[in-house]
Amino acid sequence: MRENQAIRQAKYVEAIAEALVQAMECDERVFVMGIGVDDPTGVFGSTRPAFKRFGKKRVFTIPLSENAITGIGVGAALSGFRPIMVHARNDFLLLTMDQLVNHAAKWSYMAGGRMKVPLTIRAIIGRGWGQGPQHSQSLQALFVHTPGLKVVMPATPYDAKGLLLASIEDDCPVIFIEHRRLYDTVGPVPEETYTVPLGKGAVRREGGDVTVVASSLMVLEALQASQLLQSDGIAAEVIDLRTLSPLDDELVFDSVRKTGRLVVADTGWETCGIAAEVSARVASNVFGSLKAPIRRVCLPDSPTPTCPSLEREFYPGAEDIAAAVRTVVGRVKEPVRPRASARTQESWDKGFTGPF
Amino acid sequence: MKNKEFHLNLCRMMLLIRRTEEKIGDLYPEQEMKCAVHLSIGEEASAVGVCAALRGDDVIYSTHRCHAHYLAKGGNLKRMVAELYGKATGCCRGKGGSMHLADPEVGMMGSSAIVAGSIPLAVGSALAFSMKGNDRVAVALFGDGGAEQGSFTECISFAALKKLPVIFVCENNLYATHTHISARQPKDNIYQRGEPYGVPGTQIDGNDVLAVYEAASQAVERCRRGKGPSLLECRTYRWRGHVGPDYDYDLGYRSKQELEEWMRRCPITTYEKTLVSAGICSQSDLNLIRGEVDEEVARAVTFAKSSPEPELDELLQDVY
Repeated sequence: MRENQAIRQAKYVEAIAEALVQAMECDERVFVMGIGVDDPTGVFGSTRPAFKRFGKKRVFTIPLSENAITGIGVGAALSGFRPIMVHARNDFLLLTMDQLVNHAAKWSYMAGGRMKVPLTIRAIIGRGWGQGPQHSQSLQALFVHTPGLKVVMPATPYDAKGLLLASIEDDCPVIFIEHRRLYDTVGPVPEETYTVPLGKGAVRREGGDVTVVASSLMVLEALQASQLLQSDGIAAEVIDLRTLSPLDDELVFDSVRKTGRLVVADTGWETCGIAAEVSARVASNVFGSLKAPIRRVCLPDSPTPTCPSLEREFYPGAEDIAAAVRTVVGRVKEPVRPRASARTQESWDKGFTGPF
Repeated sequence: MKNKEFHLNLCRMMLLIRRTEEKIGDLYPEQEMKCAVHLSIGEEASAVGVCAALRGDDVIYSTHRCHAHYLAKGGNLKRMVAELYGKATGCCRGKGGSMHLADPEVGMMGSSAIVAGSIPLAVGSALAFSMKGNDRVAVALFGDGGAEQGSFTECISFAALKKLPVIFVCENNLYATHTHISARQPKDNIYQRGEPYGVPGTQIDGNDVLAVYEAASQAVERCRRGKGPSLLECRTYRWRGHVGPDYDYDLGYRSKQELEEWMRRCPITTYEKTLVSAGICSQSDLNLIRGEVDEEVARAVTFAKSSPEPELDELLQDVY
């Protein structure tokens, strides 16, 4: 990672928008389609620059027929294009599961590798301001469960650009999951094109006492947790998975070999989720290094409530991660979940006003 | 006016499909073809008529019942039979099987066993051709069950919106598995279902290869001129069961009488009689073709049976 102060600072959404423009400049096979990609708001601004630059021929809206249009993306990919399909919410991917799971993920395998499906699916997780049960889901585990799909979840503006460019270049279908609440976060983003390799995680903070594995928004929470833990004298190592399929097993294993303790935080649900998978892999491969049971920090097994009071109770944050860490390092027997009303407002959450 | 060679080629291809599938039916009880086979015996004319109207660089997408489409588009017979036997020499290296035949080099872009699943893919290829500005055509082949899926209607709408060079070809064989169309659809009018979207539809005798060819040719011409999609409904009938090589009228969902009525309308013998009585070819021409086809089928079976199975490390190849 060549992140330093000399590099231009940009927002996560600007990094995505720039990646689209640069991908389309470099490769005429790239086009963007999705509901509202060419409207004045341009999917929270992420497709606006590409539309302004390339117009309706290469950035066009679609009918509200997500499943068929996903298959149309597969067909265009089979016929020489590199389509990017955009969904303003992750939840809408559920309409496309037949084409993603039965077709995009399997077409190459079923044909004995004689065809490839270079299709990128951008989808955004919503959170807060009453997004509720159907506009906030983190469905990455569904896609990681499907062989043939790659799954990417950038946490930083730098990765948002580099991983998106790598996804577009990849010959496989890639589910590229963004988090709406990261859109306004700012970080170093080089102006030139660059890729962040798929399948490689990153150590965001080094520490010797515990490994905290996270992705997307939970990386920010984990970093905030590591600050809280510093005052307890606990040094947490924070790993950003960046790509969930394929998972960077070795990065996680090496860290656990060093720390002997693991907490996994995910934006999705606990049951059969990414945290379960990471935990299982660690338990199967580096069990001998573990000094304490593994803890997961994930969503409780309920749909997302809409009202702010229950929403605050629903989403785990930095203090939940810190509480889980205190348990695995033996400072407390059971993690004490701080009451929602007592929790600090996360840095990424400050200054957000509606509508979403 | 088409010449003798054209007609004999149509005959030869229908016969190749028929004799290949009859051979599959004969050999299936050996239990060596360990995949579900959905035979098109009785439906050959629609596949052959449509593909005869296409160029080599046009593409088709098919369904679980894809043998006829694969062969009609020019797919390699030996590699198809090897695929059914699960061999490394198969067109999908044994990983697709009967329901997923593909031969992209001849424009056979693959087959989905999810009903209507490949219709959007055909529209996607048509979108690609349209964006590239060439005059290639994509064809979506599906059955009467496929017309019941939402993606069929979604695709008709999108293709019409973008005036895409795609032809929707419904091979209506009246049954989805064991259920007659009258129990599934309020009106028997699949060919009309593009009309609200401005997509012209034609209902054709799907057992008349020349009628299919003519209708498909018009639809192809419309695509090449940039006029957009068409919908063809080919009325036809499968002689064997939904899956497997057997006749299944004993199940009771259809009658032997109904089957025999359709067998009297055999697309191959009907066409052969027409050609001979019109003086386009002689019975000995047809006998010669039959002999050549049977030899070709026999060679394909020998090739398939003697081919090696895939190496076991194939399992994890081509996933990503």
